[in-house]
Amino acid sequence: MTTIVNMSRRGVVKGIAGMTGLVLGFHVGSRILPFAAAATPTTFVPNVYLAIDETGLVTIVAHRSEMGTGIRTGLPMVLADELEADWTRVKVIQAQGDAKYGDQNTDGSRSVRQFYQPMRVAGASARQMLEAAAAHMWGVTVNDCRARNHMVVHVPTGRQVAFGDVAKVAATLEVPPDDRLELRFKPASERRYVGKPIPIVDLNDIVRGKAIYGIDVVLPGLKYASIERCPVYGGTISTFDATESLKVPGVEKVVAIPAAAIPSGFNPLGGIAVIASNTWAAQQGRERLKITWDFGANASHDSDAYRAQLEATAKQSGRVVRNQGSVDSALASAARRVSADYFVPYYAHAPMEVPTATANVAANKCEIWAPTQFPQGARATVAAVLGLPLDDVTVNVTLLGGGFGRKSKPDYVAEAAVLSRLVGAPVKVTWTREDEIRHDYYHAICAQHLEAGLAADGRATSWLHRTVFPAIESTFQPNITYGSSGELQQGVTDMPYAIENVRCENGPAAGQVRIGWYRSVYNIPHAFAVCSFADELAHAAGKDPVEYLRELLGQPRKLDFAAMHVDYPNYGASLDAYPVDTGRLRGVLDLVARNSEWGRPLPPRQGRGVAVHRSFLTYVAAIVHVAVGDDGQVAIPRIDVALDCGLVVNPDRVRAQFEGAAIMGISNALYSNISIKQGRIEQSNFSDYQVARTDITPQTHIHIVESSAPPGGVGEPGVPPIAPAICNAIFAATGRRIRALPVDPAALKAT
Amino acid sequence: MMVTLRLNGTRRSVDADPQTPLLWAIRDIVGLTGTKFGCGIGACGACTVHMDGQAVRSCTTTLADAEGHDVVTIEGLSPDGAHPVQRAWEAHNVPQCGYCQPGQIMQAAALLKQTPHPTDQDIVAAMAGNICRCGTYLRIQAAIKSAAEAEK
Repeated sequence: MTTIVNMSRRGVVKGIAGMTGLVLGFHVGSRILPFAAAATPTTFVPNVYLAIDETGLVTIVAHRSEMGTGIRTGLPMVLADELEADWTRVKVIQAQGDAKYGDQNTDGSRSVRQFYQPMRVAGASARQMLEAAAAHMWGVTVNDCRARNHMVVHVPTGRQVAFGDVAKVAATLEVPPDDRLELRFKPASERRYVGKPIPIVDLNDIVRGKAIYGIDVVLPGLKYASIERCPVYGGTISTFDATESLKVPGVEKVVAIPAAAIPSGFNPLGGIAVIASNTWAAQQGRERLKITWDFGANASHDSDAYRAQLEATAKQSGRVVRNQGSVDSALASAARRVSADYFVPYYAHAPMEVPTATANVAANKCEIWAPTQFPQGARATVAAVLGLPLDDVTVNVTLLGGGFGRKSKPDYVAEAAVLSRLVGAPVKVTWTREDEIRHDYYHAICAQHLEAGLAADGRATSWLHRTVFPAIESTFQPNITYGSSGELQQGVTDMPYAIENVRCENGPAAGQVRIGWYRSVYNIPHAFAVCSFADELAHAAGKDPVEYLRELLGQPRKLDFAAMHVDYPNYGASLDAYPVDTGRLRGVLDLVARNSEWGRPLPPRQGRGVAVHRSFLTYVAAIVHVAVGDDGQVAIPRIDVALDCGLVVNPDRVRAQFEGAAIMGISNALYSNISIKQGRIEQSNFSDYQVARTDITPQTHIHIVESSAPPGGVGEPGVPPIAPAICNAIFAATGRRIRALPVDPAALKAT
Repeated sequence: MMVTLRLNGTRRSVDADPQTPLLWAIRDIVGLTGTKFGCGIGACGACTVHMDGQAVRSCTTTLADAEGHDVVTIEGLSPDGAHPVQRAWEAHNVPQCGYCQPGQIMQAAALLKQTPHPTDQDIVAAMAGNICRCGTYLRIQAAIKSAAEAEK
């Protein structure tokens, strides 16, 4: 039982305009409200996430950002369910960036994990307060009153009162009869919404073109900005001439944004901004700028040379990050040794909505409207860049046209704020697609070297894994060359196979572009290498890859990180609640193998590949069926994915996330690649930065393990196993082993 | 300069350089924001509108190109959001982030107008220019088939 404490006796409500009602305090945050409605004494506002007005309208605050996962629907479903609200009478509104809501940084696939319980508490406590108010109204004992579907019922008599009518009473009650309330959660069997495929709240607006994204924000007197930034990260302006730009009809001003010192973190890259009466005029003016740059220290960055350097580093011993047994002697005495090197390039996020933000700086306050995954971070960055106190910066969060990690970095928000102050008017900054591709926080390029020793019967007895990549922290701090434990946990230190001798190492690499989180992050290269290498071992051992994976996973067990000398952050979750459980990996492997026609014969140049990987506390296995043309082109007739994410809030949105993750995994495996010459990104737009289109779309089958385990992540875990499963399937189809992404069709031509 | 359009059935005069892309004229000058910017080079389909019933990329169509033609945006596809394609999109819960979906819907509606009963190949050919980074392609394909069925 969670105990919640009524805070209203302690003066906490002082300062809340018009608040006379029941106010419960609990660990989910303070009680200062965003609702205009909260000012009316007839609205019941029991916590920061909820208000019920006298008409019975239930307003729920979504405090996490909606970028396509369905979280703006999912968490309110949890609250509404515990509240016994009628979903058709629930309105969802979006929170501003404010610490009172708790963590709002929508990344790391952790919204449901972190807020499932707070939403239940918020709903259950409010429900019990409505029941108490009804008991007060009727002069009956509260234990006889039960909320049911937007009513409170007096069970012995069947008398009912609507939520709106009882909310009005709850709002005017001075103090509840007791200052402590034992929370009663609904049993799973009585859930109305959790576990049901509820459509997202924005569905109808989206299909009518009415949904408002960051790029759609319009304010009176709005100016439109387009910014030319140095093509090399860290470069600065030497001179510029805006004469021709200012001749473009609609162009009003040209201003410089100072460049932040590198590593630039969340700060603006700097550049020359053209301010105009519409986006097109700003872009036209920008094309006519004459700028000479000092390209700075990264002007020699060449991704081919950098790759060679990472690969050379991966051949040498690195910093040991996991160690069990004696890998060197076991490798030396193995009946057979296998080694392989893997490579994954830089990727750009390419959300369909480019980075964009609108700012209005007036009277030394700043109001922002932005598609941001990280509203509190945006607020703090804007406050720092403008030199304003946090309280004078307001961040309104719009819908996001995709995020994938890009929009957790608020550099583009700070650009709008700086420009609005310089121009003295509201300003919308909209990046071009070329800006987005060329000035991203790139997914880290990564080289890896793996070695294993096999016994005579094919059993793996030793495992050596070295990974080398620029760390995300290199975007924020100078002289960072090694990965963090949080990066190395993503498929390196949590290698789940039951192998006696294991050593994992991390070699140094300096960052030369901005590196950032990209959906599933370092799990992408690490799962690619580990799951590909497991397949290589299966073939070396002459065994069926699924059967061999079962052997590798071994008896169900929970990884003992202390015994392996591993600092394992476990995505910020406790290992007691969320152990790394190889039994659950085995479970998803068996589930996908049963449902995917694994083992059924295929025509020539077709094959199936398997991969299994845990990330963000969720267990995923994929089996991919490929057909490789004589020209080397890869088609993907079918993908099966099995997942165990613990408790499922919205099964349709979980399916959708894994369907979409399969497509993003295909993009990573077959198409996407950022390359750099002289510090300049070679790609520019969807013409040369390729992503999956509808023609590659496989028949995709998502198999969900029914579970009441604590909820794990959903947004990201579907991505990592896809690329290795594709490449393992290509090996089954052609006998050619892909060890570098993206797949080069020229290497797969029929001979 | 004034350019005259028929936009969603209404005559509109737009005061802009005739070389302005229809996309930015619709969004920034007329103020209809359902049509989205994605790439600016006709490579992603987010900005798809109808011109005389055909799907066109409004980012590479100028105001001058559109002058005198019937232009329909997502806001004008149906009075109430009940076009068969919109209904099918809702029935299949197609959108994730939803940003590309107005363009996808306009492309699909043009396909079904021209080819009321498309084959799988017809659907792939018509939709291959529309990128969805969330990866909703499977449901888009299914929704188009449903919309075609509903019209039989």
